Amino acid sequence: MEKGTIYEGLVRRGVSRRDFLKFCATTAAVLGLSSSYVPKIAEAMEKKEKPVVVWLHFQDCTGCSESVLRATKPTIGQIVLDVVSLEYHETIMAAAGHQAEKSLHDAIKKYKGKYLVVVEGAIPTKDGGLYCCIGGRAAVDILKEVAKDAAAIIAIGTCATYGGIPAAKPNPTGAVGVRDIIKDKPVINLPGCPLNVENFTATVVYFLTFGKLPKTDNLGRPLFAHGILIHDNCERRGHFDTGEFAKSWGDKGHRLGWCLYELGCKGPFAYHNCPTIRWNDGTSWPVMAGHPCVACSEPKFWDANAPFYAGLQNKDSFFAKASKIGLGAMAVAGLTKKENKE
Amino acid sequence: MARLVIDPVTRIEGHLRCEAVVADGKVKDAYSSCTMWRGIEVIMKGRDPREAWVFVQRLCGVCTTVHAIASIRAVEDALKIKVPRNADLIRNLIMANQCVQDHVIHFYHLHALDWVDVVSALKADPAKTSELAKTISPWPNNSTTYFKAVQDKLKAFVERGQLGIFSNGYWGHPAYNLPPEANLMAVAHYLEALDWQKEVIKMMAMLGAKNPHPQTFLVGGMAIPIDPESQNAINAGTIAALNKYADMAIEFVEKVYIPDLLAVASFYKDWAKYGGNVNFLACGEYPEANGKMWLPAGIIKNKNLKEIYPVDHKKIQEYITRSYYKYSKGENAGLHPWDGETTPNYTGPKPPYEYLNVDGKYSWGKAPRYEDLPMEVGPLARVLVAYASGHKEVKEAVDMVMKKLGVGPEALFSTLGRTAARGIIALVTAYKTKDFINELAANIKKGDYTIANTEKWDPKTWPAEAKGMGWHDAPRGALSHYIVIKNKKIENYQMVVPSTWNLSPRDNKGVRGPVEEALVNTPVADSKQPLELLRTIHSFDPCMACGMHIVEVKEE
Repeated sequence: MEKGTIYEGLVRRGVSRRDFLKFCATTAAVLGLSSSYVPKIAEAMEKKEKPVVVWLHFQDCTGCSESVLRATKPTIGQIVLDVVSLEYHETIMAAAGHQAEKSLHDAIKKYKGKYLVVVEGAIPTKDGGLYCCIGGRAAVDILKEVAKDAAAIIAIGTCATYGGIPAAKPNPTGAVGVRDIIKDKPVINLPGCPLNVENFTATVVYFLTFGKLPKTDNLGRPLFAHGILIHDNCERRGHFDTGEFAKSWGDKGHRLGWCLYELGCKGPFAYHNCPTIRWNDGTSWPVMAGHPCVACSEPKFWDANAPFYAGLQNKDSFFAKASKIGLGAMAVAGLTKKENKE
Repeated sequence: MARLVIDPVTRIEGHLRCEAVVADGKVKDAYSSCTMWRGIEVIMKGRDPREAWVFVQRLCGVCTTVHAIASIRAVEDALKIKVPRNADLIRNLIMANQCVQDHVIHFYHLHALDWVDVVSALKADPAKTSELAKTISPWPNNSTTYFKAVQDKLKAFVERGQLGIFSNGYWGHPAYNLPPEANLMAVAHYLEALDWQKEVIKMMAMLGAKNPHPQTFLVGGMAIPIDPESQNAINAGTIAALNKYADMAIEFVEKVYIPDLLAVASFYKDWAKYGGNVNFLACGEYPEANGKMWLPAGIIKNKNLKEIYPVDHKKIQEYITRSYYKYSKGENAGLHPWDGETTPNYTGPKPPYEYLNVDGKYSWGKAPRYEDLPMEVGPLARVLVAYASGHKEVKEAVDMVMKKLGVGPEALFSTLGRTAARGIIALVTAYKTKDFINELAANIKKGDYTIANTEKWDPKTWPAEAKGMGWHDAPRGALSHYIVIKNKKIENYQMVVPSTWNLSPRDNKGVRGPVEEALVNTPVADSKQPLELLRTIHSFDPCMACGMHIVEVKEE
């Protein structure tokens, strides 16, 4: 076993070969790869050194870090101690103040050109960026400095990708996403409010296994996570197709798991793998728990998809976007409304 | 005299900066500054009040859920909506689960490294660690082999040279008092707590769809249906799983968190002398079937536990004299949040900067005052108010902790007391969770599947104008949201959050905020390594997205 590799670290922490292969298989599944890729992923984990990660917090709520803390495959203990070498992360690092800043500067010097940068939170640009300062410096300046010698950048959560909630109208601080500032480095966007940790792990493993970042759509989102509409993989899709809609909170249709479209579900307009990977180790996801999707991984969703509870009421928007849903299903929905009564 | 700057203050949520004046080995004065602003109050204007909770929940992803709860309560107050009991019970379960998980994470992952020297754990004798562990708890992971394995992992990690998150800590600092064995035990539980927190929070994930940022809240109730005959609703399987996670919470708090808290605290009893405050506000939480709150609301003034005053939100005003805002009524005005204004007015130094201008405005946080007094909010306020009100479960837990530490209730007014109070609240809340599950199951048995009151769902049923406010005693303390609705839209939205109370800058009269006040007289052994300041700051569990950064010393 090669020293300093991810696999060696996992073994030292008591992870069996069987569990290790299971982790590789799960990751392959999240990535949408066939099982034939499992050995390749395993080989990378056995041979590659832990990537150095520098994690920056800007206009964020730390929800994405918390989401990463909920990781199960592997656990956060394994991620932090073995899968990556996390050199800077304000929420969990021991050092504070100048000592913390030293950790950051040591890392970007020592691992020049090799480290990954994770950005959480939007970057304010109005008035010289004074709306977010760390160690007396504006976020935008810190980002530029740290990005300069990075191998690649992973923007996590809807704030770092598209500006998120600080950028919602009227965007009082001129908040933007990483791609609006960094133009000369590969930036992968992992949106979601918060980001789903399974997609984070899969992106890091993809990078290690294939030595490059995953294929993305035109918004910079990996296809393995954002290639298919929520609506197309939704467990309630059958009810949409047969015209069975929940109409009110707690009515028969709502209790029986009928389609939430008329309560405002934005699943037909959102590209995300929530229905297949779910949240918190596969426990649940909004539609499963009875609440409409708000399309939190779409750009400008705070403005573009609000009001969140307007479904069919807003006919213009519905028909305008009909082509995305599929006219066949639309026709069925329109023609065969099922009764939703006790 | 030295001016000490800690920025970033790490192991908190958000961006906090602390500047302190140190002389003769003690803090003479302190300034806490919130260094980030997003303008969410401004963003809320003109939106649909029913979806305000989705937005404001994003104030914080650590205290996730709490802003959603305060928001829906504010709208329900404005529209006079009575929520069905089942919805209150599901909310109580989500809040209780958040509270217990959050306090454990705070103790181990945000606060412990101020008391526990990770590097010292390498010198521990695993056999003696095992003996120590067995004397304090029947937790099964207490063998010599187990602690040896944890130590070996730590050694290998250190030997590889990539210390990661543990690099540049204040290791070896003279203020660390624990013997190596206690340090090793704490490191083992730091790792175990990391694994535990992701499991126990599945209670919230089941009821709330996901964590962080659960998504089943609703103005009028909850969006998760109840139906024991459906596979798509809260059913008997859900009740069984909720019980499993509730038991998991009780077991860890009883057998790991509380014993560790008592063991660590017994080496730091001198911290019962530092970091105290005198005024406290608790807003009450967990509505019971009789309409009362399980944990009582109350105000304590000047440490007087003999008189608990009722809480009236109309007595709250926010000042901006030392905050980066302006008011139309002038710099020294105090505004109740219904009349609150959020107009940024940054007058601080242009970044990059070395020092804040602490004689002028120096924080993005406003200064909330109750009857013009600064108030500490949080677990200590909740414990003191409940204890003084004769709350049975809290009184028993306080007396148990005080007896084991050999100190009196006066020790509560301190950094140590605040840390102990957090454990006490986690313990009583973990037990109480079972009552909420049992009541929910009993309601379902009776055939009550109601989850929402939808009478006022349609905006057509609303008055032209309405005002409301919502309290929530969140893990970090009393939180309140204020909404003014006009023509079905949000006219004004203001939030007074726990960290705005605790980390408040000075007010119109120059009176310090609670953290600033608590830092005064803190001993500082080495002004280049201000570990002691971190102890008191962290004991408040700051959460700054809602509402500081620590640096090291520059000699003046």
